[in-house]
Order: sequence, then structure tokens, then C-alpha cells
Amino acid sequence: MKRQPLLHPGLNLGSTDEYSHDEAEPVIFGFWIFLMADLVLFAILFATYASMSVQGQAGGPSPTDVFDLPSAFIETMLLLSSSITFGMASLALKYKADRLHLVFWLVLTFCLGAGFIGMEVRDFWIMTQQGAVPQRSGFLSAFYLLVATHGIHVSAGLCWMIVMLVQLRVLGRTTEVKLRLMRLALFWHMLDIVWVCIFTFVYLFGVAL
Amino acid sequence: MFSVATTASNGFINPAGPIAEALRDHLIFIVMVMAVVIVPLFIALPWTLWRYRLRTKSGSYQPNWEFSWPLEILIWGLPAVIVVVLGWNLWHQSYELDPYKPLAAAEAPLEIQAIALDWKWVFIYPDQNVASVNEVMIVAGRPVRFRLTSGTVMQSFMIPRLGGQIYTMAGMETQMNLLASEPGQFRGLNTQYNGMGFANQKFITHAVSQADFDAWATKMSDSKPPLNQAAWALLAKPSVLAAPQSFGSVAEGLFTWVIAGFTGGHPHMKADGTDL
Amino acid sequence: MTVESSFSLLGRLTPQDISFVQTFENPVMSEFIDGAAGSVLVIGMIIVAALLTYYRGWKTLWFDWLTSVDHKKVGIMYIVVAFVMLARAIIEGVLMRYQQSIAVNDPGVLTPDHFGQLFSTHGSIMIFFMAMPFITGMINYIMPQQIGARDVSFPLLNAISLWLTAAGAALVMISLVVGKFSTGGWTAYPPYTGIEFSPGEGVDYWIWSISLTSIGSTLTGVNFATTIYKNRAPGMTLFRMPLFCWTSLCTSVLMIFAMAPLTIATLMLALDRYAGFHFFTNDLGGNMMNYANLFWLFGHPEVYILILPAFGVFSEVISTFSGKTIYGYKSLVVATMSIAVLSFTVWLHHFFTMGQGANVNAIFGIATMLIGVPTGVKVYDWLLTMVRGRIRLTTAMLFSIMFLVTFVIGGLTGVILANPPVDFAVHNSLFLVAHFHNMVIPGVLFGMIAGYQFWFPKAFGFRLAERWGKASFWCWSFGFYLTFMPLYVLGLMGAMRRTVEWFRPEYLGWLQVSFVGALLLFSGFIFLCVQLIVSVRQRDQRRVPAGDPWDGRSLEWSNSAPPPEYNFAVIPEVSGQDAFTRLKEQGKAYASPTAYDDIVVPKNSIVAPVIGVGAIALGFALVWHIWWLVALGFVTMWGAVIARSFVTETERVIPASKVRADHEAWLQQVRECATTSREQEDTSANVGRAEVLA
Repeated sequence: MKRQPLLHPGLNLGSTDEYSHDEAEPVIFGFWIFLMADLVLFAILFATYASMSVQGQAGGPSPTDVFDLPSAFIETMLLLSSSITFGMASLALKYKADRLHLVFWLVLTFCLGAGFIGMEVRDFWIMTQQGAVPQRSGFLSAFYLLVATHGIHVSAGLCWMIVMLVQLRVLGRTTEVKLRLMRLALFWHMLDIVWVCIFTFVYLFGVAL
Repeated sequence: MFSVATTASNGFINPAGPIAEALRDHLIFIVMVMAVVIVPLFIALPWTLWRYRLRTKSGSYQPNWEFSWPLEILIWGLPAVIVVVLGWNLWHQSYELDPYKPLAAAEAPLEIQAIALDWKWVFIYPDQNVASVNEVMIVAGRPVRFRLTSGTVMQSFMIPRLGGQIYTMAGMETQMNLLASEPGQFRGLNTQYNGMGFANQKFITHAVSQADFDAWATKMSDSKPPLNQAAWALLAKPSVLAAPQSFGSVAEGLFTWVIAGFTGGHPHMKADGTDL
Repeated sequence: MTVESSFSLLGRLTPQDISFVQTFENPVMSEFIDGAAGSVLVIGMIIVAALLTYYRGWKTLWFDWLTSVDHKKVGIMYIVVAFVMLARAIIEGVLMRYQQSIAVNDPGVLTPDHFGQLFSTHGSIMIFFMAMPFITGMINYIMPQQIGARDVSFPLLNAISLWLTAAGAALVMISLVVGKFSTGGWTAYPPYTGIEFSPGEGVDYWIWSISLTSIGSTLTGVNFATTIYKNRAPGMTLFRMPLFCWTSLCTSVLMIFAMAPLTIATLMLALDRYAGFHFFTNDLGGNMMNYANLFWLFGHPEVYILILPAFGVFSEVISTFSGKTIYGYKSLVVATMSIAVLSFTVWLHHFFTMGQGANVNAIFGIATMLIGVPTGVKVYDWLLTMVRGRIRLTTAMLFSIMFLVTFVIGGLTGVILANPPVDFAVHNSLFLVAHFHNMVIPGVLFGMIAGYQFWFPKAFGFRLAERWGKASFWCWSFGFYLTFMPLYVLGLMGAMRRTVEWFRPEYLGWLQVSFVGALLLFSGFIFLCVQLIVSVRQRDQRRVPAGDPWDGRSLEWSNSAPPPEYNFAVIPEVSGQDAFTRLKEQGKAYASPTAYDDIVVPKNSIVAPVIGVGAIALGFALVWHIWWLVALGFVTMWGAVIARSFVTETERVIPASKVRADHEAWLQQVRECATTSREQEDTSANVGRAEVLA
């Protein structure tokens, strides 16, 4: 196989689908830039959280009071594995000619992501039962906004996955569908990185400090 | 109407104290330094427009001339030098004229606690245990230290002829150190928009002698009603007062109580990041 | 919690919220003015609809414009939005100047509430719904042509950005008739704009209209940056791009990074207001200082987003009308990029007075002055561009020259404000107001007007009437000085911004002069409108079909006026800066291409208008707590996106034969055109073909 130049960071389709590979260049580049804008959003949410996590407690619950570390750890494992499964899906997209492997790995990713969201909703529910609602203090407002923004992004990714599964069925493995899957992959991995930061700077730091 | 710009106006260009005077002088200095880069433009531009106009007979036409090292060095270098000069000054002036910096004087500063409300200013004199609303008494020639907070939204305290301004915020304390050189009357105001009565939120500063100030404080103690919870509740209602008010005694710890009302008594920082 | 849980078809909207009902119930002058404004809007819309019906224009409007994804059409529509919003906001400015000129120891004609809404809409509209659309439209129209591309990288996304901004503008216009707008200024500082102190719908109008347009701008930034990085013609390296493209690139980068803090700040304010969160409340751990930081982390880069495209226009206009290549191209690029980077390091200078201490203030003060260096370099580079040139004083050039003189005064006052202690004395005063108007009017507005005068012939095929343009120029110029120089003085005299009534008689004279200036500014705007009407009626006298009326230097002048849908019949090959001048000097400007290819262009799409309408519904419903409509608007917007992704036929092909036929016909027309010298530029002899000096 002729070696194609890498046109953009990440998965390149040059060796298996030259046409899509060329089409991908501006599309994937643009999406990376969009992700950068999204990351700035999260960076600001982190900065806000940092400024409010201690001084914004207003005598209410502190991180140690409300954070469920084991649950957060399981969520981390779920999301990390979902990134691995999506990586497998991307490889299937690139190297397999059929849809079966791709769909299998996507569905598995979906289940892991849905599990993450389910556990997070449960965590929030328990917190509200304890009175740790966002209306209680600035710290909690910042916490819920940061983590829920991430959760909403993940949920949007899950919806996107459903749409892609439908499109694979209806449209097949066309160039447009491949490019959308490549963008969804980048989106998903970025969210995983953001979660690692949340687990570290919010949960672990919150309990340790 | 136009001629009273400097002599009768209320701005810092008509200073009544050393801080406002310093601010005015710094402004003039900046203008003069910047003139070095700006005035050449005012001269060179009309000259260029004339010499290189379409039907000119004198200017040469070099459509591809686009670079000159000496000019580049001048264009980048001169502003850089100006920035260094102005920056050096800026650094020192920021420390010297920090509102939190106590003013050098033989005597201790007059302490006043100011609470910004809608749409009025409450001034508490903790050492004299009196209070005045929409007017403040200070001693001419003696530094004053204001400790400020807000009972409502973000506001900004300023007596333009004496110095600059500082924001007042609920649950937080800010400080302003001022000095009036001579006795007089100066207008103060809130500069940060806070609603329908914003334009009316002005107060008068009376700078008097120490003797007059003491006499005033005694007179207030003897004759004026107390600033208790009931009186405070009335003041806290959004309203514009027709005339200044005075109080002969102040509920203990009113200023800290106002701040604590927002922090719930929990530690909350001052605006400069240190704890209250 | 402040949000009602009961279900209601119209949320918290009642008949009393209609402004005409309020005028009827409370017939004071202030309400009459408000009612009149609402009437103008409603009657204006009816007139437009009537004209469209009379001239049978609905089909053209829908199929050629509203569903178009062509960057040229999108650009023109952005500028139309800008002009409409400029009309409203400039009248608001005149009204405020009038109020202030009579309200010395007198309540004037406006109530404090009305005045509060006026300064809030004036600022919000001018920045978000006039200046941003104007620059976005300008970059949209010109940049792809200047880099030799057929369109931006993501045409549909481009249209969606337009519709999001238009939706935000629509919400602000609706607030003129239904309900009230915020009184918190364009900056909307909490806790004043929190639910406790501003319980009504006003701040919500501000939040959602701004959120919509800020999302649009983020997407635009992504689009433009990708276009410039990936869509340039062969041979067009970054350092061969026209300067307008460099400033467009830096503007896009700023858009990408700077809109996020605003989105977050407004979202947090919304959560405080709608759901009782404590981001910026006085109690329970809220911290209003975070809002100031977030807002200005956006706000400072925002003003550079506004000014950089204007700088780009000035580079193009000054070099073209001096008949010279730009002086100091590399310096200007370095300066532009420095400004872009430094713009993220200065935000704190907007709140030196918030009490964070001398250390922090001094650092940001120095950073603020640093930004003045590259800006000063640019001013002198433009001056030197004129040196050894042949200067023609067209309207666009006049605006550029007045910019140079006036903008540096604003720069001077900026350096004054950069000094923290001096800033303590003038922050929030009319000195500050004068400073930032001194930057945006001669800077952004003059730049956009100059660009409009400059590129109008390219977009529409005929020149604008110079006489009216110059009349407009003199009004804008004198008007600016007369309006804002007195405000500098007033600020030094202790007069503060956002003040509805004064109590110092020595202010009166200055305020009256300022009002006369405002009337002149308004006349400047009127003359621009007159210029447009006259030029359209007399368009046959000024047609420039050959496409190059000014002896332009960059590629957008190399195609017809108006350009074909696909911009270039054959993508040009570029060998240096000033690509079109190079072609003209080599005699290759109007040579027939050797081969033509089929051209693939995107089809029109209803997705963008659907998203726009959905966005208006969503925003309106959020303001008035009409929850079923919130859900419907949200589903409509996302539904359109998802539905669109299932559409496969999104492009159409223009066959090579048609391209050849159209292009050869135009080339033939150009070859038959007489060339014009620069002396004949403003005569009917100018048909758009420039004489090339040997």
C-alpha cells in the first residue's frame, strides 16, 4: 500500500480510503479547532470551580462531605474503557470493510458511556437527598456546573452515537459518515481527558485538601 | 458655562488633597510623554498628504518601496522606550497611590466606616459612635481611613477632588485612604450604576478643623436619634433621601454585622484576597 | 427559587408587557418615545413586507438569499443586519445625548428606567449586533476571494452563524415591543443583574440574545480559521496573503478563544436567575468578582476582534489609494499577531478599582501599555505607506486618514487609563466613555464604512456616489469630535457615565455641544443612506463590469463585478504579494485560462433559517418562561441539524462548459473596455479596468 501523507492529527484514512482521506483534511482540522474552543470552556469552568471550592462553601457541605470517591472511580473506569472501545471502533472503521465490527464496538462504547451517565445521575440524586443541592452554596453551584456540563457533553455524544448507528444503517459507510465518526471519536476522547482532570482536580484534590 | 472647567468643577483636575493632586500631575506627565509619539503624526500626515497627492510635482513615486531598517528601528524602538519610561512610573505610582496604603502623618487617621446602600451612603464614625447619611465630616489636614462595604449591589465610592475610587461589594471590605489639604466642601458619589436612584446618590464631604469636628460629633451624640435596627431597616429600603440624616449613636458592630449578613458569619475574603 | 412551577401557555407574559399598552396606561413623554420606537419597528416591518409583495420579491428573498450558503450573500446579509441595528442604536445614542443636554437640575424627558434600558441596548446593539455583524460580513465577503478560494470551509455553518446572530438581534428588537430590556448596561454586572435586584425579564433578554450571537461568533471563528489555513490558492503562502486576511486570521483566533468566557458568564448568570444558583449572589458563597474577571476575559479580546478587521481594511484602502504596496508588511504581521496574543493578558484593566492590590494592578497596567506598541507601529506603517505614493482622496481614503488622526488621541487616553492610580480617578466617568468611543468610532466604524465604500462596487457592480460619501464623512468626523471631546472634559470634571440627571450647572454647556455633535453623527448616517439610494438609482452611470475600479492589488479585484457564484472560473496561481497587481504588470490579468473544470458548489439549505427561527423561539420562550416553547425551539434547532445529516445531495455541479461560456464572455467584455487612469477614477469613464503603468 502506498504511504499517504498525514493530513491531520489522529486517525488518517490514507491507506484504506484515499478519497475520504482528502476530504477529511479541512473537516477534521476544523473540528480540532472547535474542540480547542470547547476546552477553553472547560478550563474556565475549572478556574471558576477552583476559586469557589473553598471560599464558596458558605458553611455548607464541603467536598469530603459529599464526594463519593469509589463511585467516581468506577465512572472513571467506565469512561476510560469506553475510550478504548471507541479506539477499537475507529480501527474497525479504517481497516474493516464491513459494518459489523464497527457497530459492535460503537454499541459497547454506548453502553459504557450510558453507564457512566447513569452512575453520575445517581450520584447527583444522592447528593440532593443529603441537601447538597447547587442552590446551597457557591461551591456546589460551581461543582454541579462543571460536572454536569461534562455530563451533558457526554450525553450529547451518546445521542450522536445513536444517530451514527442509524446513519450506518441508512446511508452506509459513506465518506460523510466516516468523517462524522472520526469527529465523534475526537469528541469522545476529549471528554475522557476532561473527565480525568475532573476526577483529579475535583474529586481527589477535593478530598485530600 | 465653559470657562468654569477647572476652577469650580468637581473633578480631580481641581484637586483639594495630595492624592488627587498626584493623580492630576501623573495624567499631565503621561500626556506630555505620549506627545513624543503623537505630535510627529499630526505633523507628518498633512505633509505627506500634500507632498504625495495624485497631481503632485515634487514627491517621487516609488510604488514598491516597502521597507527601511532605520525607520523600523525608530518605529518599534521609540514606543518601546516610552513604554519603559511610563511603565517604570506606573509601577511606582501603583504602590504609592494604592488606596489601601496609609498616608504618612503625625497622628492616627480618622476612621470612618462607609456602607453603600440603594441609593444612599451611610457613614459610621466608630470612635465617635455617631453616623451620618449622605454627608461625611472629615478633618482637614488629617488622613482619613475609610473601610467600605455594600449593603446591596456593587457600588463605587469616590470623592473626586480628594482622590480616586474603590468598589464596594457586599460581604467584602475595601479601603480608601484620603486627605483633604484645606477645609472645604467636596461632592462625593457612587460611580457604579445601581438602578433608578443612581443619579441621585451623591453626598457632601465637609472638611473642617479638628475642633469643629469634635464639636459636631458631640452635638450629634447629644441630639440625634440612634442608628438601631429599626432605623437601619428604614435606611436599607431602596429610596432617595431628600436631605442628609444624622444619628447620635450606632448599634455596636453594625459595619461587621452588615458584612456578616452576607457571608453568614463564615470567612470571606477581602477584595485583595486576604481574609476578613 | 423564582421560577413558577405552574404551567401556563404564555409563561409570565401578560398584555401589560406590550409597550403600546404601557404607553396607553401611562401617557408620559418617556412612554411615548418608547411607543414611537416600537411603532417604527412594527410599521417598518409592515412596509418591508408590503414592498416585497408589491415587487414579488418573496421568492427571490427565500431562494436566492435566506437559504443561500454562499459566503458573499451571507456577508451581505450580515452587513444588512448591521445597518438596521446601527439605525436603532444611533438614535438611542442621540436620545441619550438629548436627555443629558437638558437634564441639568431637571428630570428631562426620559424616566430613569427608560434611560437605563437605552444605555444597555445602545451598548449591546452597537457591539454585538452592529460591529460584530459588520466585521463578520466584511470578512465573509472579501477574505475567501482574497485567498483565491471559492467559499469558506464550512458554508452551511457560516449560514447558521448568521442566523444565530440574526436571532439574537431579533430578540433585542422584540424587546422594544414586548417587555423591557435590561438596565444593567452591556456589561450586565451582577449582583445588580441578579434575580434579587433585577427580577424582571430585561436581563434575560440580554442573556439569551448575547448567548445566541456568541455561539454564532465562535463557530464563525472556527470557520474562518480553517478557511485561511486550508483553502488558500496554490502559491498563496501565509506571507503572500493580503493584510486583511492576516487580520481576519487573528480575529478568528480571538473569536475562538474569547467567546467561551462570555458564554460561561452568561450561563452562570442565567443559572443564578432561573435556578437559584450562587455564582454571583451576595450571599451563600457567591462571588461577583468572578463575573468581572470572566466578562472581561472575553471583553478585552472582543474589542480587538472588532478593531483588527478595521485595521485590515485600512491596510488595503491606504495601500490601494496611495497606488503603493503596503509599507512594512512583515512588521504589520508581527504587530497584528502580537496584538492578538497580548489582548488576552490585559483584561484586568477594566476593573483596576475592584481592590485587588497594587501588585496585580501594576502588572496588568504594564501589559496594557505594551499593547500600545504594536498599534503605534501600525499607525506609522500606514503613514509610510502613503509616503512616495500617489494619494487619491476617495471617501474610503478620507475615512482612513481621519482614523489615523483621531484614533491616536484615543490611544493616548488609553495609556492614561492604563495607569492604575490615574484610572481610579476616571474609571466609570465620561472620560472613559469618550475613550472607548474614540476607539470604536474612528477605529471600527470608520474602518467598516471605508470597507463598505471600497468593496461596494465589487459586490454590486457599480460605484457609490462620492459626493454623498464625502458629505457623510465630514458629518461623521465633525460629529465625532463635537460629541466626544466635551465628554473627556466632563469626565475630568467629575461627571460619571450612565447618569440620567445632573446637578452641576457647569456641565450644561459641554453637554449641549455634545448633543449637537450627536445630531451631526446621525446626519452622517443619514447621508450614508441617501448615498445608497442615490447610487442605486444612478447605478447605470457608475457601472464597473470589468471589476477593478480602483486599480486594486489583491485577487478579489481580478473577477467580475459582481463576481460569479464560484468567485473564480479557474483558481489562480499566486507568485507573490499583491497578487493581482503582479498579474496586471505581467499582462496576464485577463488572459484566457487554458482549461476549465466542472465546479462543485453547495446547494441552498433551509437548515440555517430553521435554526434561526428555532433560536428566536427558544430565546423568547426562555425570557418569558414559556417552557413548552423552550422545548419546541430546542428540538427544532437540533432536529434540523440531525435531519440535515441524513441529506446526501448537498452539492450541485456547474459544468465546465457553462463556466467557460460565462467567463469568456466576461473576458471579452473586459478586453473591449477602455482602461482608466487614476485621474478619471470618479468619472463615468471608469468601467472597472485599470490602466497599467509601464
